[in-house]
Amino acid sequence: MTDVMDGTRAREEQEKDRKTEVIVPARYPGRWIAATIIFVLFASFAYSVATNPGYQWDVVWQYLTYRTVLAGLGWTLALTAASMFIGIVLGIVAALMRQSSNPILSVVAAGYIWLFRGAPLMVQLIFWYNLAALYPTIDIGLPFLPPLVSLSTNEVITPLVAALLGLGLNEGAYMAEIVRSGLLSVDAGQREAAQSLGMSPAHTLRRIILPQALRVIVPPTGNEVIGMLKATSLVSILAFSDLLYSVQGIYGRTFQTIPLLIVATIWYLVAATLLSLVQQYLERRYGRGHSRRAQDGMSLLMAPLSSALFRRGAGK
Amino acid sequence: MTATPMVQIQSVCKRFGEVEVLSDIDLSVATGEVCCLIGPSGAGKSTLIRCINHLEKINTGTIEVNGHLVGYARRNGQLHELTGREAARSREDTAMVFQHFNLFPHMTVLENITEAPIHVKKESRASAEAHAHALLDRVGLAGKARAYPGELSGGQKQRVAIARALAVRPKLLLFDEPTSALDPELVSEVLEVMRDLAREGQTMIVVTHEMGFAREVADKVAFMDQGRIVEYGSADDVLVRPRLERTRDFLARVLRSHVPQA
Repeated sequence: MTDVMDGTRAREEQEKDRKTEVIVPARYPGRWIAATIIFVLFASFAYSVATNPGYQWDVVWQYLTYRTVLAGLGWTLALTAASMFIGIVLGIVAALMRQSSNPILSVVAAGYIWLFRGAPLMVQLIFWYNLAALYPTIDIGLPFLPPLVSLSTNEVITPLVAALLGLGLNEGAYMAEIVRSGLLSVDAGQREAAQSLGMSPAHTLRRIILPQALRVIVPPTGNEVIGMLKATSLVSILAFSDLLYSVQGIYGRTFQTIPLLIVATIWYLVAATLLSLVQQYLERRYGRGHSRRAQDGMSLLMAPLSSALFRRGAGK
Repeated sequence: MTATPMVQIQSVCKRFGEVEVLSDIDLSVATGEVCCLIGPSGAGKSTLIRCINHLEKINTGTIEVNGHLVGYARRNGQLHELTGREAARSREDTAMVFQHFNLFPHMTVLENITEAPIHVKKESRASAEAHAHALLDRVGLAGKARAYPGELSGGQKQRVAIARALAVRPKLLLFDEPTSALDPELVSEVLEVMRDLAREGQTMIVVTHEMGFAREVADKVAFMDQGRIVEYGSADDVLVRPRLERTRDFLARVLRSHVPQA
């Protein structure tokens, strides 16, 4: 007993001796100089933004919640959601087709990706909008037989339909590659384990392969959604009343071009910020089993918010 | 011994391209028997055990488990390969434990074990979970139901994998080098579980390099070399009094690389 006590006391004395040495962190004067220069540049820019009358901040505030602007924002968000939905469904189908051992399916999928990824989006949008020039009517029926239903192309292809076709088909080609990389990232042993437990191929895909593939698929898909949010502004050339088209309509009349473009930019940034929070939530959701933190629903939802606000590094 | 064997393998050949990896394999495993497959790497042990579960296709011959063809159906005197869905059903009596565990990393231990009973065997969630907890208790992991596989050691993962395989109440359990990916000090906890299963009469086919385990637990040992079963018999016959020079050489090499036996 006493031996142990003596040992402890001796160690404590050693600790005391050690505490006299103080460690001074290294100094980096260069960092201070760089930070000062950047701060001065930023402050002068902020000053000019606040004082330059050309920005017309009063006009920005006036139109920020204007009805046609908000309606345009609504259409932009709806178009983003609908086009991404079409793109993701097409992407999954095309990715599965590419992996198929049926050569016709895999070649058709490769051809689809090649065409719609390679052609400029603007060209695709204009092409769909002018489809009537190629096919004046859309006939539904059996191939090589008289049609059962015949519709005028110009009536079917409204700006909305052309926008969905253009954006959705283009997005599907990109999503196909993202989904394929996700499917390839899942170890072959996972499929074998599922098979050996008697799971059908469809069940294996839905419950075992896709959830794991999503961990790889979600981050680039988040990029795609934000890219899509901005790509929808291209449909303003089809006279579709999205966010950009609605502010163009206003500055076309009032010539307040800069403040109205700022209005549109603010809304695009707000939407992009919210979407990236959703992305962080999904990344944590599908990262389950790869991070050791406790993850109930609420902390999953709050984590991206708190990490965005406080930068506490809530990652893995 | 007039009952039909649990596993009946008859003149099975399997080729990868030009290479014949299984040549004319015949093997029969009785109900309640433990059969260990041993042999040098590349001998075809893993391929054979994967064929029994139809993870690999065979080129000729038949494999029957519990009296049913696996992965094929006999119609009009010919064998027809089954589609994925039908093949899944034909594996019903078998489950498998893999060298690299292959647990589902996005599911908890409990979800790993109950996935197949609930969605394949259509058990109720309550009964599947009760069974899962009993199995976890049996493999000594009662407290780990809510853990994710990434939080477990290799030995614990393999014991979960065994519980997951048992959850579908298999008549035949296949082990493909279950301890080869484990740190040496974790091997015994997995072998202990397998020993218990053998004692309880579970029919098992085990590909293994653990000669001590094979000698102690196996009823039958098959020594494979170059795609053939070259020596087959009781554990004592094959491991202690092997007939063939090849078998003796292999055993001498394996035993030398292990801790010398007293």
